[in-house]
Amino acid sequence: MKDYQLLKDTATSIRKSIIEMLHEAGSGHPGGSLSAADILTVLYFHEMKIDPQNPKMADRDRFVLSKGHAAPVLYGVLAEKGYFPKEELLKLRKLGAMLQGHPDMKGTPGVEMSTGSLGQGFSASSGMAMAAKLDKKDSRVYTLLGDGELQEGLVWETAMAAAHYKLDNLTAIIDYNGLQIDGPNEKVMGINPVGDKFVAFGWHVVECDGHDIEQIINALEEAKATKGKPTVIVAKTIKGKGVSFMENQVGWHGNAPKKEEADNALMELGGEK
Amino acid sequence: MSKNVATRDAYGDILVELGKENESIVVLDADLSKSTKTHGFSQAFPERFINVGIAEQNLIGMAAGLATAGKIPFASTFAMFATGRAYEVIRNSVAYPKLNVKVCATHAGITVGEDGASHQSLEDISCMRTIPNMTVIVPADGVETKAALRAITEYNGPVYVRLGRLAVPTVNDENTYKFEIGKGVQLKDGKDVTIVATGIMVSEALQAAEKLAEEGISARVINIHTIKPIDAELITKAAKETGAIVTAEEHNIIGGLGSAVAETLAENYPVPMKRVGVKDTFGESGKPEELMVKYGLTAEGIIEAVKAIKK
Repeated sequence: MKDYQLLKDTATSIRKSIIEMLHEAGSGHPGGSLSAADILTVLYFHEMKIDPQNPKMADRDRFVLSKGHAAPVLYGVLAEKGYFPKEELLKLRKLGAMLQGHPDMKGTPGVEMSTGSLGQGFSASSGMAMAAKLDKKDSRVYTLLGDGELQEGLVWETAMAAAHYKLDNLTAIIDYNGLQIDGPNEKVMGINPVGDKFVAFGWHVVECDGHDIEQIINALEEAKATKGKPTVIVAKTIKGKGVSFMENQVGWHGNAPKKEEADNALMELGGEK
Repeated sequence: MSKNVATRDAYGDILVELGKENESIVVLDADLSKSTKTHGFSQAFPERFINVGIAEQNLIGMAAGLATAGKIPFASTFAMFATGRAYEVIRNSVAYPKLNVKVCATHAGITVGEDGASHQSLEDISCMRTIPNMTVIVPADGVETKAALRAITEYNGPVYVRLGRLAVPTVNDENTYKFEIGKGVQLKDGKDVTIVATGIMVSEALQAAEKLAEEGISARVINIHTIKPIDAELITKAAKETGAIVTAEEHNIIGGLGSAVAETLAENYPVPMKRVGVKDTFGESGKPEELMVKYGLTAEGIIEAVKAIKK
């Protein structure tokens, strides 16, 4: 068994970036960014056919952050990958800066779709997958949805259409951390059983631990091997993963860490300030 | 004048032509292809036709995704659902990233007729023109529809095109008509008043001008096919030269052409004006022609407004 230390280190580095940029910004969404760090690390540093020096490369794979509020994890990954200088991260959410509160495809290299209004990124990703099919290209489209996002009607319009058109080049990943703004999913508006719902909509469903690099890799391999239908990976995650006082705390959905909190978080993540 | 043609029919015809010329064009519909007239395209280019079913949000979202990959998506459904149901998808997934999606909605306005108020979109121009990056076009007849569709295919950016169900008189000459986005067309000169019309009200405006001439009132007629960006120059010139403006549209008088013209005049050259349109109310079932009379969307309605302003 490989230990994937390099990917693990990268994910930790992304988590540090998330803490630093959110502290600097003074607002934003740490919980759902930290929960997705391992998934995005695997996508960008292991899975996807992309070129940071040529962000618009023809036939590239595409990633759409449908849960656009987790922008910090995407920005962290893009900067780490070299799409833009890391200094930009510390200007997140500031007037005149490149990095908007939610992803803006016009202004930020590597951002494939402007998102933030839940459900819409998923829908757009299905259009991208459709375009690749029309052009008979083998590029793949990945999209990350929040669990609470599954409450949006548009998600199911998209799920129905993607299966109908057999978009097997589309892989949706659910960042299933179980919490949304007003509390646990099941208390706010139950989404279970998530896998069964997608099966009923005609999708191939894979479940995995969204913090286990090897499981994420295997799930993506299974998605690629699945023909004739799109795949959804239900990735079980922990909101705020990696920072003990943020883990599973709904209050860290949309609050930025203050100085001391940020320092403590960075300490935990193994970095000296 | 040639026979009456519904703008939706002209749309269906030109789509097939454009589809032959441009392989990037894809057409999406939400289970209304026989009504929106995208059916012809679906038969000619089945591989480039995507029926999303009765799911208007996904209609627009999927179109946005296709546009990011270099396709030119034309998304069609009824105006009510395109601009109402899917409003926010148009705003956030199409207009904000300035994607090359053409929202071509049919069955706009009260002339939907018998289906009644739930299907009579009277707010769509208003909703679409307040979105940044959006171009809003309301063709007056079949000739203009075809010319407009050709022009927006060449233009790279989001466009809303408002089309109708009812067959309407052809006011433009197919052989000579030139369409330019954002440029109004003066159809008749006049010196006492200018009737600024859009969509199916253009032919009513021309009729009104003829009748007014018999009564000694010289009315200029301008067709504003592009509500946004509006041709402020042509409208301001008309205000200066004729001193009074009457707008005419098959839309709520709030937020549509009348408002766009009022904004233009108020900032550039205020003159007395009246708005002919649906007076901030919902429609109802009835024959299109009956509804137009009841809601004042006729040459007579325009004449009344002109007389009120010229008193």
